[in-house]
Amino acid sequence: MTDTNRPLVERFEEAIWETSHSQDVVRVPREQWREFAEAAKDAGYEMCVDVTAVDWMRARPERFEVVASLVSMSHRSRLRMVTTAPREDPEVASLAPVWPGVGFGEREVFDMFGIRFEGHPDLTRILMPDDWEGYPLRKDHAVGVVPVQFKRSHQVR
Amino acid sequence: MAITAPGNLLMTTVERAARWARTRSMFPATFGLACCAIEMMATGAAHYDLARFGMEVFRASPRQADLMIVAGRVSQKMAPVLRQVYDQMADPKWVISMGACASTGGMFNNYALVQGVDQVVPVDIYVPGCPPGPQSLLHGILTLHDKIMAGEIQR
Amino acid sequence: MRDPETLDLWVAGTEEPQFQPTDEGTQEIGEAESGTRLREQMGTAVSDDYVFDDEIADEERTIVNMGPQHPSTHGVLRLQIELEGEVIRRTKPIIGYLHTGMEKTAEQLTFSQGPTNVTRMDYLAPFHCELAYSLAVERLLGIEVPPRAQTIRILMTELNRISSHLVALATNGMDVGALSMMIYGFREREPILAFFEKATGLRMNHNYIRPGGVAADLPPGWKDDVARILEEMPGRLAQYDDLLKDNPIWLSRTKGVGIITADEAIAYCLTGPNLRASGVDWDLRKAFPYSGIEQYEFEVPLGSQGDVYDRYRVKVEEISESLKIVAQAMEAMPKGDWRVDDEKITPPPRGRIDESMEALIHHFKLFTEGFKVPPGETYEAVESPRGELGCYLVSNGEARPYRMHTRAPSFYSLQGLPIAMADSMVADTIATIASMDPVMGDVDR
Repeated sequence: MTDTNRPLVERFEEAIWETSHSQDVVRVPREQWREFAEAAKDAGYEMCVDVTAVDWMRARPERFEVVASLVSMSHRSRLRMVTTAPREDPEVASLAPVWPGVGFGEREVFDMFGIRFEGHPDLTRILMPDDWEGYPLRKDHAVGVVPVQFKRSHQVR
Repeated sequence: MAITAPGNLLMTTVERAARWARTRSMFPATFGLACCAIEMMATGAAHYDLARFGMEVFRASPRQADLMIVAGRVSQKMAPVLRQVYDQMADPKWVISMGACASTGGMFNNYALVQGVDQVVPVDIYVPGCPPGPQSLLHGILTLHDKIMAGEIQR
Repeated sequence: MRDPETLDLWVAGTEEPQFQPTDEGTQEIGEAESGTRLREQMGTAVSDDYVFDDEIADEERTIVNMGPQHPSTHGVLRLQIELEGEVIRRTKPIIGYLHTGMEKTAEQLTFSQGPTNVTRMDYLAPFHCELAYSLAVERLLGIEVPPRAQTIRILMTELNRISSHLVALATNGMDVGALSMMIYGFREREPILAFFEKATGLRMNHNYIRPGGVAADLPPGWKDDVARILEEMPGRLAQYDDLLKDNPIWLSRTKGVGIITADEAIAYCLTGPNLRASGVDWDLRKAFPYSGIEQYEFEVPLGSQGDVYDRYRVKVEEISESLKIVAQAMEAMPKGDWRVDDEKITPPPRGRIDESMEALIHHFKLFTEGFKVPPGETYEAVESPRGELGCYLVSNGEARPYRMHTRAPSFYSLQGLPIAMADSMVADTIATIASMDPVMGDVDR
């Protein structure tokens, strides 16, 4: 447990801390997502470099996982925050009030997975056309392979 | 007695003269999308000079351009824009589809890309490569010139 | 005066129309094509426009659309700019015109095919994309790449940084009006791209840095090629400085334009030269070193104001620093293997396939199914010419990634664009966009 993370460990008892290939990962309950982010920013994580999501389908009890990568420039360390979102109507608190720079990242997660971020200033599609139906990076969305002549080895997943 | 023309007369047909004028000063429209755009810029730069063919002025406005080099991958969101720019060009106009992604969708056979720009606009020359080097693009452009001069493309 | 009504003259438009239009025979084609639907089909309707608030409708504000096809050569970026006269009040970047579905495609490709996919993301710095991906895969595999491969990787990525900054300077100069800069930048790129072609087979999008090392050893005579590049570049950099550094037109167009302060830069998650030009000393090569770069001595140039001029200066000086790293890497190139010696990951040399049955089987398995990576997740980042380029990789034990996400530096840098452009003139827009150096392949993936 590094000194940077100590105040976070002490304050949030329900968070589970792990080490994944020598990187710090913390699993935060969904209700405490923004609170934890604000505490992390106070603890020294000035920048949140990335927000993304993973679709676990039926492999995990909650379908979606939202992952935020934090960087502390003053302490030279990284931290990865993970939370989960349910299959029906997934919604997570937005981190845009804490770090305005994740605005685009959260829009991309909404566009690709359909996870809504409560408190986001402008939650609209960003990469796909506005009238696109479906969320492309979900595992039950087709890849959209167009059958190509002479290529027998394609599989539509 | 044969009729000989004096030394300062050129005889040709109107067709051939028009084709010669069209090929020797074809203005490309800037339609660089992705990696192929960088190779297109390299073709226009000093090493592989496009200016020797009269083509170094990449016109920004499609109204002033003859040739649209679709350089790069065309996504679903970009396809209507591509069609609109093509429609705004005045006749005679030609389209070169540069690169694998523009010709057939390339390595990205998925939901996001139009699988070949010929689904949206009519294409005259397909230049393969990922990305095609400047020499390949020049070969494509010169092939287009030859086709126009030979009268294969009736426009 | 004769009465006009009795004149036997025919005046067009005064006669009774011969055919009265009726509804007979007209048909509804599906639903009535409303104007909106037609405009959507033609691509002229937009639904993500600004909505005029009542309170600002009275003022003189216009919304101007720039792009997605515009001559500023930064790809398909669309900006909606709300103008009050000549001054910009709000800007909204609209992206997605180059979305390629790379993250979905990555789930269909094996781990050794992955670099072909990611390399086309940031197409001006393809080695960096490949390096981020390969480092993530190697972290999940738990393998260590041999020193020669690490040095080759640093050599290639630093040369790539030089070529990418040359394009940035070239387009920056051309957009502001110094057209010669375009010619200079691309002229300098040619020897570097020729070396890349000699070593990897392609001028761009090389697919050279793969999980386990690099694809092939450097070609014989590479030292002469690199030495020639190192010899010519300083003189050329002096040429650019002659043209631009103290040029009054350049200074007046770039100094004080497009300012992003350090606090704004950190809040909006800018990284790379955009962050360093604002004065923040953060470079991943120094903070979280990768692939042995900590052995080399180099400085990290910083700006002070965060304006276009500082971003230009940071890039020029980063080229000089990268030349130093390349020189050191060239001197220090160790002998040895250029890829890890694990036959489950690295394909055997082609000659061995004829001799050994095992080599044949390994080759077959590696190229049809691919090597399996133990389950896990990781995030690896490298310092690309645009900022922090990271790869978040999740594996569930298969031969294909379960989820691959790339942290694109230009995607997050574009959020700084409205900040830099606020309350400046329209004419400064082009200079600001060019200095922030977004690569749309990176933004949209």
